[in-house]
Amino acid sequence: MLLDALLLQLGYNATLVAIGAALLGTSAGITGTFLFLRKRALVSDAVSHATLPGVCIAFLIMAFAGGDGRNLAGLLAGSAVSAGIGLWCMNWLTRNTRLAEDAAIGAVLSVFFGFGIVLLTVIQTLGVGRQAGLEGFLLGSTAGMLYSDAVVIAAGGAVTLFLVLLTRRPMTLVAFDPEYAAARGLPVDRIDMLMMGLVMAVTVVGLKIVGLILIVALLIIPAVTARFWTERSEYVVLLAGLFGGVAAYLGAALSASAPNLPTGPLIVLVSFALFALSLFLAPNRGVLAAVLRHLRFQRRVHLRQGLLALAQGQAIYESLTLRLLQRAGLVRADGVPTSSGKARAAKALRDERRWEVVRSDMDHEAAAALYDGLRDIETVLTPDQIQEIDRQIGGPREVLS
Amino acid sequence: MSSDEAQEAKIAQSPLAIRGLTVSYGEKPAVFSVDMTVEPGQMTAIIGPNGAGKSTLLKAALGIVAPLSGRVSVFGRSLEEQRARIAYVPQRASVDWDFPTRVIDVVLMGLYRELGLLGRVKGAHRAKARECLERVGMGEFAARQIGQLSGGQQQRVFLARALAQGADLYLLDEPFAGVDAATEKAIISVLKSLRQAGKTVVVVHHDLATVTEYFDNVFLINTRRIAEGPVVEAFTEESLQAAYGGRLATSQIDKLAKA
Repeated sequence: MLLDALLLQLGYNATLVAIGAALLGTSAGITGTFLFLRKRALVSDAVSHATLPGVCIAFLIMAFAGGDGRNLAGLLAGSAVSAGIGLWCMNWLTRNTRLAEDAAIGAVLSVFFGFGIVLLTVIQTLGVGRQAGLEGFLLGSTAGMLYSDAVVIAAGGAVTLFLVLLTRRPMTLVAFDPEYAAARGLPVDRIDMLMMGLVMAVTVVGLKIVGLILIVALLIIPAVTARFWTERSEYVVLLAGLFGGVAAYLGAALSASAPNLPTGPLIVLVSFALFALSLFLAPNRGVLAAVLRHLRFQRRVHLRQGLLALAQGQAIYESLTLRLLQRAGLVRADGVPTSSGKARAAKALRDERRWEVVRSDMDHEAAAALYDGLRDIETVLTPDQIQEIDRQIGGPREVLS
Repeated sequence: MSSDEAQEAKIAQSPLAIRGLTVSYGEKPAVFSVDMTVEPGQMTAIIGPNGAGKSTLLKAALGIVAPLSGRVSVFGRSLEEQRARIAYVPQRASVDWDFPTRVIDVVLMGLYRELGLLGRVKGAHRAKARECLERVGMGEFAARQIGQLSGGQQQRVFLARALAQGADLYLLDEPFAGVDAATEKAIISVLKSLRQAGKTVVVVHHDLATVTEYFDNVFLINTRRIAEGPVVEAFTEESLQAAYGGRLATSQIDKLAKA
């Protein structure tokens, strides 16, 4: 069943939802990355909650005008207007009062959402314009998704992606160093507004699939996940798009594979699974890699300190050091160095002297920055450079004992 | 020539001329009605005690913070017209150094104007960025992640980014704050080479001991302008006393003014 869903074999609606979700996930991941890099991720939560009054008011207007209150384009237009007002309120509060952004986010989020819920309750008691299903905007509802809905989502996603492509450089520059960007004459405020506008567009487009409460997950989790895998912002953007798209597609397929599984929440759970995997398994920034790196580093420190102690004829008291030296065949069980132990110890002491020279000389700055007390000097300097240093520190010395 | 005309002529020649600039955070002015005329082709230090508005003056001159009043002219024209001729080096603490980017990418930001919105980064751009890194002694760091840099190295990367712009006027905000002696030497030699090439350099500076050694001119500020001119004329005991008030011991000032 799941396989069928993954291969888009579960019928028209499921296919439509899966493709729509993947498109949405990709554009949300890419757009959200800039928000994450600008450290304003939570603004998107306020923006998404601020859509609810707009949805309800748009519904009321359309219903009383005699049309179908649930026309998706109309509802999305309404949500965009109220999200825009919410965004404006937040900017006004942070700029013209002493409130910090987090307080402004809290204020806007709760007030707009509360107002939206009141309107929603009123609409349900009014009984006009086929109101059933309006609450689907809270958590997304894909059951009755139409072809036209999918087209709206695809078009919205495509426009957002195009704008991101066009403005990625100024947005990255503003995210990294807003003062420098301003000094270069970039309109920082307008670029921030554009970034928020794009986030708003993604939010509005995603209301139908994930709903306004969970869309923030789709904007932020992929970017955070991608950050584990790379140190370059352009790759973070691309990977976030990929993770977002994959998570949304998988989540949609999962929800189609069994009855009564909600699409939006499943998409969020799949993105969380990708996040958790990255958190543990990513090669450099992952937790597992960090633990392994720490253990390896600890062993190397012990070996090195042991060797230096041998070279200077000092006794070794730490049992881990002794064990490591023994296992490497550098000391015998009674703590006396073997011949290879003596050689390695002499080399370690010598390297220590060489490093001292390297670190005191600005010409070797790039090499000196790699100093961690352990690295073999041959890995950072050429034989010629080492010879030059050796000339400065004199000939090798024999290890006693 | 009337004195007004002489004034205008001076402003027209100056790489950075500020008149009547006031900047206020809330109701308390950080910079009050300041006039400043930077001499072309020279190195000028902006000095003054903590909170005297040194950085604010620079930021307002660049339009990073909005002034309450005042006008700024750059090489005799408006700031907006002359943006391309200015390179700004912010305080290095003003950015997050865990941002996912490499040293060379930061320097490439200096080529923002050449690259435009969609232009591809070509070999020539990379070569230029590398050359700027070489000038600050950071050539071998190009591919490293910026989070691995020491404070002094971060500062030099910022300077390399400014060099990449190929500007005529360089404005640096506390470039020597919290850097090692080697970095200070590297930066000052780059700045002197810029002056040699006819560029103008303005530095927000906090170390009074090096003023006479490094700079041609000083601008002393403590919210208001205290003194301005060549180091020998303006860096005097009276002006230091006026700028720092009781914050410097007399013996300290004696030593500095004589140095």
